[in-house]
Amino acid sequence: MSMSSEETTSRAPDATAPQARPESQGEVVMNLWRGDAEGGEFVEYVMPAQEGEVVLDVIHRVQATAAPDLACRWNCKAGKCGSCSAEINGKPSLMCMTRMDTLPVGEPVTVAPMRAFPIIRDLVTDVSYNYEVAKRIPAFTPRPKTNDEMKVGGYRMAQIDVERSQEMRKCIECFLCQDVCHVIRDHEENKTAYAGPRFFARSAELEMHPLDTIDRREILQQEQGLGKCNITKCCTEVCPEHIKITDNAIIPLKERVVDASYDPIAWLGRKIRRRVKGTVAEAAAAAPAQGPAAVQPPPPAAPAHGIPAPDGFAPVAAQPDSQD
Amino acid sequence: MTTTDLYETHEYDVVIVGAGGAGLRAAIESRAKGLSTAVVTKSLLGKAHTVMAEGGVAAALGNVYEEDNWKTHFRDTMRGGKMLNNWRMAQLHAQESADRVRELEEWGALFDRTKDGLILQRDFGGHRYARLAHIGDRTGLELIRTLQQKAVADGIEVFMETKVLRLVQDTDGVVSGVVAYRRPTGEFVVFKAKSVILATGGVGKSWMYTSNSWEGTGDGHAMALWAGADLIDMECVQFHPTGMVWPLSVRGILVTEGVRGDGGVLRNSEGQRFMFDYIPPMFQAETADSEDEADRWYDDHTAGRRPPELLPRDEVARSINSEVKAGRGSPHGGVFLDIASRRSAEDIRRRLPSMYHQFKELAGVDITAEPMEVGPTCHYIMGGVRVEADTTQTTRAGLFAAGEVAGGMHGSNRLGGNSLSDLIVFGRRAGIGASEYAEGRSGNFTLDEGQITGAIEAALAPFARESGENPYEIHQDLQATMQSLVGIIRTGPELEEALVKIEELEDRATRIAVKGGQQYNPGWNLTTDLPAMLTVSKCTALGALERKESRGGQTRDDYPKPDPEMGKVNFVERISSSEVEIGAGGNPSVRSITVTPEPIPQMPDELRALLEEAV
Amino acid sequence: MGAPLPAEGAEQTVTPVVLGGARGGPSVPTLRKDRYWVQPVVTAAVLASFVVYASWAAFVNKNYFVGASANRDLISPFYSPCLATSCVPGSHIGPSISWWTLSPALLILIFPLGFRMTCYYYRKAYYRAFWLAPPACAVSDAHGSYSGETRFPLIFQNVHRYFFYFGLIFNVILTYDAFASFRWLGDGTGISVGTVVLFVNATLLWLYSLSCHACRHLCGGGVKQFSKAPVRYRLWKALTPLNGKHMLFAWMSLCFVAFTDLYIRLVASGAIHDYGIHF
Repeated sequence: MSMSSEETTSRAPDATAPQARPESQGEVVMNLWRGDAEGGEFVEYVMPAQEGEVVLDVIHRVQATAAPDLACRWNCKAGKCGSCSAEINGKPSLMCMTRMDTLPVGEPVTVAPMRAFPIIRDLVTDVSYNYEVAKRIPAFTPRPKTNDEMKVGGYRMAQIDVERSQEMRKCIECFLCQDVCHVIRDHEENKTAYAGPRFFARSAELEMHPLDTIDRREILQQEQGLGKCNITKCCTEVCPEHIKITDNAIIPLKERVVDASYDPIAWLGRKIRRRVKGTVAEAAAAAPAQGPAAVQPPPPAAPAHGIPAPDGFAPVAAQPDSQD
Repeated sequence: MTTTDLYETHEYDVVIVGAGGAGLRAAIESRAKGLSTAVVTKSLLGKAHTVMAEGGVAAALGNVYEEDNWKTHFRDTMRGGKMLNNWRMAQLHAQESADRVRELEEWGALFDRTKDGLILQRDFGGHRYARLAHIGDRTGLELIRTLQQKAVADGIEVFMETKVLRLVQDTDGVVSGVVAYRRPTGEFVVFKAKSVILATGGVGKSWMYTSNSWEGTGDGHAMALWAGADLIDMECVQFHPTGMVWPLSVRGILVTEGVRGDGGVLRNSEGQRFMFDYIPPMFQAETADSEDEADRWYDDHTAGRRPPELLPRDEVARSINSEVKAGRGSPHGGVFLDIASRRSAEDIRRRLPSMYHQFKELAGVDITAEPMEVGPTCHYIMGGVRVEADTTQTTRAGLFAAGEVAGGMHGSNRLGGNSLSDLIVFGRRAGIGASEYAEGRSGNFTLDEGQITGAIEAALAPFARESGENPYEIHQDLQATMQSLVGIIRTGPELEEALVKIEELEDRATRIAVKGGQQYNPGWNLTTDLPAMLTVSKCTALGALERKESRGGQTRDDYPKPDPEMGKVNFVERISSSEVEIGAGGNPSVRSITVTPEPIPQMPDELRALLEEAV
Repeated sequence: MGAPLPAEGAEQTVTPVVLGGARGGPSVPTLRKDRYWVQPVVTAAVLASFVVYASWAAFVNKNYFVGASANRDLISPFYSPCLATSCVPGSHIGPSISWWTLSPALLILIFPLGFRMTCYYYRKAYYRAFWLAPPACAVSDAHGSYSGETRFPLIFQNVHRYFFYFGLIFNVILTYDAFASFRWLGDGTGISVGTVVLFVNATLLWLYSLSCHACRHLCGGGVKQFSKAPVRYRLWKALTPLNGKHMLFAWMSLCFVAFTDLYIRLVASGAIHDYGIHF
């Protein structure tokens, strides 16, 4: 880079030189929840307003000046990690993706911690419920590779077969859907037997995963409380990734549960089709767990794929003794 | 678990610091070997900086171009790193990344597919073939979610929001654990382990404008140095050419290279496509010299040579910097990245959905109608803890390192896509290396109690002060110092000035007073981050001062050309553990880091031959 | 709180979810300041108006058929198919049920009513607007305990797909009615405003049925691997955008079916004239 050497003496700033903060443009009033398990209250902080800021920027300025111990969980500040979930003017939102200029001008901005989870301190809540639920979902259990797949090395899946699950895998686990879901937000006792929208999306992803072999419908119905969801769609409304949780995950799961438990015609249809056509693949395609191929467990840890043996975990589906 | 008044203790075979791609991959491997394994992370599980990777994971799968193989990938990586790479790491990386990517698929990852149903790969700068396996522009999220779900299924224990303060050695000096504190309660916790893996990521938060999340505070680099391990090439820091510059609150957030790959061009305030003025001789043969020729390339790669906007990241970043210095920048100190005038609005929204939303939601800019303002942003550190390539063992017994915290793999400049593959290749190797070390460690060992209590006392000291420095201000001053004096273009006098300022900041850091309690106190947490940030900043400045040449991520205005002699050495930074001074406030304060040029390992002839093959 | 994920010990254990712990924020039903109540109020008002009108229209048992009086066959969707012996001349179709003495509308309305009552969109609408569970997002719901759709009677929401099947039969009949309205009694064919109204009504009902979530599932959504069922995939792909507009079609078809009944009622009672062109 010879060009730049002539310019070293120039007084002009680097492209990366620090810039002064812009002129302040009035004030913003922040009502931030301060407190812990013992109790708390809204505390008002008045900060100079600055152009283009998001709520998290203002929180950071409050921390740097007035309240260095103001607890707030955040990581990337770019809408990609899902850490800074809170309730801004009562709406579950990411603090890093809520621009100050989208909020009513001249009114105080209220920021409270997520309501559905126990508070740790200030704006930070204990979200361990979600991590506990995650552990109860039977792990991804792929079918064995075909001979052709062994040869080429990787599984073959068509793009159209992975797209539905890919939508669910956009989830950044901000848990705003869990927070807004009234089933646990307003009825905490349901937490013991309710997975919540995020984990219905996870189950939907696995149910529609072209390689997964586990039938998850009974678990969804019996243990994860799918029937408790009354599809009021708040999870979809708050999702910062715009995943259509209700339409593309929960309702399809409910319909799959209907296939398994509430629909004698579908059951009869499967019986007849299996007897008449005997096409295992089609039966498996139509009803994942009914075809013999679909319940075939993965092979024992096969050196050929390099899949280490699942260790210390028993998936819910029956596993042969050789699986260890 | 045992508990004393001061801390609780947990014992594992292997303890991993960091729950990003490398940490989780290491944990999966060590757990698969039957060892008790714990991951300690300062964030929640699944939030690590890995989620911010966009473009893809580089692996010579050969799904799009059958000709591609590990040898070409190795060659591209070495050339991209300007030959400063550890050849053995680059070789292992190129050989193993394909298997590691396929393994992700066996664990549930869903990459975009080719027509034949295999993993689709995309083109990226510096890679000869389309090589990046990807899922839209959220590949990092897919990688971390897959590893996270695998780790949960395998029953790996994860200690979330537990920030590691210091490595702890046993009474023989072998690294045998870490001392940490739990953010939600403020309580201290010690992990005793037969081996420890550092997977702590990068250092970007020492700069003002960075694409890094707050976690990039260089904890692992600093803790390794404090424990007596070697760091190499800490001056090699990658500035990504296109970060957002406006509004100021989002300055530094990444604008993917895909914008330029899909036809976006860089213009200065005079509307000129200035990159044509900055084509270095090394790339002249393969770069278009007119706008017409460059524009033909997008539709048909044989109809013209590559546009200069797609030169390697270091070249583009320096060119933007020069334009701004020459007074031809955009209103907010960047240049214009224009795709609006070159592609239809529909095309832009389809191919760059997250960029469209990022500008729309954060900057109020409609990139289908107006140009973006972009400028360089601190992105990645190529340098790091010196490791042995096959096992990732550091120069300190019992300590292993993988991912961004480890140095050597990328030389002086990293190719896009090689970071995610680095994580899974060397994460696995770290898991194996640390497991074997742990299995081979016999007999009981006792942690050095003084190191534990020393770290805890240092962490608690700021609470005892009635008044003192504000940690946020020290952080801001450090960022301003690094941004202006140890930025993309460096000079000797400025680096010396930076070192003086960093030492002043170290002094100030010993006088921090923390308000509030220990429970989830961000001011306190930042105070515990600062010693590491100050140490790694100093290492970068020291290395940059010693490497009197321009190469990849190190650009010296007073030494603008590469120096062949310097291309043969790593600059190794180390202290002997006895020299770690504990400053007045009990924080580690590193006064005497030595910088030593040491020859880079020589590669075997058969690999050297690969590099000399014609393009 | 930053506890390790599983309990102590190397093996994966599922620890029970711990309940309790103080919630953050003030104990108020909501912190929302926007007019979140507008939507449930509007929903409740429109649905209630429809129910009142439809009940009246179903019980009133007259003016549901325009036959010879106006020279064309126009039947209200509330009364079609008209199965009772008591149906007005010309309106009757299918088996003649002689023991039914109430309004013939009451014989059939259970099917479209059931289809809409169990519809995934309407469930959202009335759970929010009438049951207040919840009235709006992040607003406390109005119930002390909650079991969702796991128990009687709400567990019967799962029969939605049967109502969908019946809905298809009704759609066929109403489409037939629309075609029948081309016939000018004793005078060949023609087209009138009433014809158009019946066609629009039938079209909206088809759109509502085809955009149904159960329909989307039955046509292809239940398939695990689309590449192995290309026909069902194409069906699913075609229905998916319609499904995205299910709410829109639900409201449009609901309002229009009431309008259709009203229009025919006004023509049948002689209040207005059904203008048309006679071919």
